[in-house]
Amino acid sequence: MKVLLHQTRREVEVRGPRTVKALLNRLDLVSESVLVIRGDQLLPDEERLRPDDFIEIRPVISGG
Amino acid sequence: MRNGSGPTTSSKYARSSRGVDDAVKCRVCRGRAVIAVRRHNAGFCKDHFIAHIHRQVERTISDYGMFGHGERLLLGVSGGKDSLALWEILTVLGHEVDGVYLHLGIGDYSSDGLRFSQEFAARRELSLEVVDLEGEHGFSVPQASEVTARVACSACGLSKRYLLNEVAFRRGYDVLVVGHNLDDEAAVLWGNVLRWQVDYLSRQRPVLPASEEGLLRKVKPLVRVAERETAAYAVLRGIDYEIEECPMASGNTINRNKEWLNLMEERSPGLKAQFLFGFLDRGAAYFPPNPPDLAMCGECGQPTPGELCAFCRLKKATVVRIADRRSL
Repeated sequence: MKVLLHQTRREVEVRGPRTVKALLNRLDLVSESVLVIRGDQLLPDEERLRPDDFIEIRPVISGG
Repeated sequence: MRNGSGPTTSSKYARSSRGVDDAVKCRVCRGRAVIAVRRHNAGFCKDHFIAHIHRQVERTISDYGMFGHGERLLLGVSGGKDSLALWEILTVLGHEVDGVYLHLGIGDYSSDGLRFSQEFAARRELSLEVVDLEGEHGFSVPQASEVTARVACSACGLSKRYLLNEVAFRRGYDVLVVGHNLDDEAAVLWGNVLRWQVDYLSRQRPVLPASEEGLLRKVKPLVRVAERETAAYAVLRGIDYEIEECPMASGNTINRNKEWLNLMEERSPGLKAQFLFGFLDRGAAYFPPNPPDLAMCGECGQPTPGELCAFCRLKKATVVRIADRRSL
């Protein structure tokens, strides 16, 4: 699946993870610090992912 | 394996024993959840999550006596998720709130924040005032940071605190509202405890009272809402906001503190809220407010413990050095 990482402003191809939680683990991200979005839908950690998904990972930490 | 990723995850998240539908269920309607709030051990569908956030904020306003209907509220708006989400929530709850955007001159970040704020206000027919730091005071935050060798977040925070109070006072508002969320407050508390900044601990409250000298009452209605929840609320309500982090704030102390707290929260859901509300409920009494004697700043008339307020001192130092550089 393709994953847009806002934090590093890059798009990466990730193969294998079948759930949001597994994807975050693979990317070494903490779910408390990000939102995972498919289209216009928020995805909880247990959500199943498909190989053809386009996933956006949006950081939630801001500290201006 | 990280905590929470294995088969010991709480059964209240309603994993199906058949293994067919692993989705989290909404605590209220048992429909498909879009977010799990682990510290409440609950999942929520879109509608019930939005209702949950509204209830949290309503309860916070009531419990801390922040303001009542009919008081004139001014909200500091940045174009980010917290301030825009808060503007939406307060409006839904029936409060009339005007916004003020502070243009601090931080390149595209400031311009984008202004655009998101203006689009939000225009779409909802809300009133937004724009204060341009460089246009009105002759310097930007990056310039202040560069020529005074002051940390950018320090010059920024000082300028924001000053300008928000100044404009709210000048325009006759009763209350200044800011979008600090649970994570903001927990991270500040964490930093202050690590260094035992006793003076700062005595000032960390969800409501800072007004002073006779011209400081407005300042309130933080999002203090019970985690940062991830304000972001989720914004996404679910279709609010377009500035996603990118301030380029000058990247890696600052507050953000580092948030990352550390989130690592602990991942292992112990609810820890951030316990830390913050444990302090507010049981610890804050040991650090009573100790407000300094205030007078009027000799330059601008805003309250200050000295002869010149910190903002006027920063402005003077910055503008003089910018002029010196130009004359070279």
